[in-house]
Amino acid sequence: MRGIDITVRRGEVFGLLGPNGAGKTTTVEILEGYRARSGGDVSVLGHDPARRSIELRRQIGIVLQSGGIYSQITPREALRHWAGFYPAPRDVEEVLELAGLRDSAEVRSRRLSGGQLRRLDFALALVGDPELIFLDEPTTGFDPEARRAAWETIRSLRDLGKTILLTTHYLDEAQELADRVAIVKDGRVLAIGAPRELGAGAAKYRIAYRDAAGELVEHETEDPTRLLAELASRALAEGWRLQELSVARPTLEDVYLELTADG
Amino acid sequence: MAESSHAGASPAAPARSDAARAAPGALALTWRQYRLERRMFWRNPSAAFFNFLLPLLFLAAGGAILSGSQHDLNKLVPSIAGMSVMSTTFTALAYNIVFLRERGVLKRMRGTPLPTISYIGGLAASAVTNTVLQIGIVILAGRAFFGIGWPHDWLSLLVFVLVGVVSLAALGVAFAHVIPNFESTAAYVNAVFLPVVFVSFYVFDSSSAPGFLRSIAEGLPLKPLISGLSGALVTGSALGSNLDELAVIALWALFGLWFAVRGFSWESSRR
Repeated sequence: MRGIDITVRRGEVFGLLGPNGAGKTTTVEILEGYRARSGGDVSVLGHDPARRSIELRRQIGIVLQSGGIYSQITPREALRHWAGFYPAPRDVEEVLELAGLRDSAEVRSRRLSGGQLRRLDFALALVGDPELIFLDEPTTGFDPEARRAAWETIRSLRDLGKTILLTTHYLDEAQELADRVAIVKDGRVLAIGAPRELGAGAAKYRIAYRDAAGELVEHETEDPTRLLAELASRALAEGWRLQELSVARPTLEDVYLELTADG
Repeated sequence: MAESSHAGASPAAPARSDAARAAPGALALTWRQYRLERRMFWRNPSAAFFNFLLPLLFLAAGGAILSGSQHDLNKLVPSIAGMSVMSTTFTALAYNIVFLRERGVLKRMRGTPLPTISYIGGLAASAVTNTVLQIGIVILAGRAFFGIGWPHDWLSLLVFVLVGVVSLAALGVAFAHVIPNFESTAAYVNAVFLPVVFVSFYVFDSSSAPGFLRSIAEGLPLKPLISGLSGALVTGSALGSNLDELAVIALWALFGLWFAVRGFSWESSRR
């Protein structure tokens, strides 16, 4: 870790995006209180997570990258037990419903599928009715259908007004879910902002059209206004048209690839 | 029509109790955790087997071989009682802690508001319950089949079981730190358990054991425990005459507790 300076606002979904080994999990584990930091200031809901106060842990929910569970426990039993840790838990049946576990509520966990176990992870993080939820790579290893289902669950958490800190190395996941994204690499924040806005300064616009000879031409520019004006005046002066003209804003993917490229 | 009964309630009334409700206390949480551990224990047939059936099989087999000699049976019963204490605490906790650590259960628990003392307390209390059940079964079997009668000194029994449980449970938790992964747990645990049991049984039983072997066994916690239990269950020798044995077990308890707390690891070191 070299230095990560981020502020997550209440009620937003904040994404930490970066390649494997970028320092995402380390960052989250410091915030969760699993790891000690070597320097810097950290405040989670007004607490220093390194002190591991019970009061803070009552207000956060954690979905680990991989967390085990008793192999003989059923989701309903696990949720009832976990609910007992908190002063004001959510209703267990409601949480089962929300996590999509109604039909498997009585199945021993060793018989649950990977997707169902992940739902149980969500449910256990949620049952204490936390203010803030940490999701570390919530959909890694999922098939597309399970990913969609997990995204739905995360959106419903946001709709409940929860603050969510999400790490992912999937661009589409960050784009789909996060209100704001920080792109992290080598323990450093490379860019931060809303997924749609992140493109603005960092990467180039792409302008494409067919020229007088019908050839497809592509330009990349940081100043699309000037380039468009030049192209248009040239076309008008020479009497041809900018056929199939398109102006593409840089996507999060462009920003990400540009920022995380080696060298 | 369940809704109709709530028709009079204010729509703003919260569906669940609010933060004003008292937070659950550590003692109540320990009890909850203990109950969960008990339920999970009985659902795992192989754990139940190793905890209860194995020492009983030893007892039955030993009884069959030694039947006819009351002198030998008098040695057998306290030996099995001592072994039961070790298998229900040292062995069971080492297995359990490594399993929970490698599966990521410990890490998950650490992220909840469950106090550490409640979690570890629940786990340990569950192990001790097995010890008590096991000792109870051995006492009953001694009375019913081995001509030993009821324990001669209940106080001595209580003290030795208590100190033995604390010592061997702490050593089990401490030993879990040494075991690198779940696959090798059986090898690690048996590499300690079996030699300790054999040496202790042999030295306790035979007055002609070589001196160095005797010194080793007297310095380990199991042989002193068996001697103490023998005094309580069979010979009726007073607690006062077994203070050396008690001191050895208590020293192991301090050693075990120190390492159990100091080296405790909540996460698998494999990443």
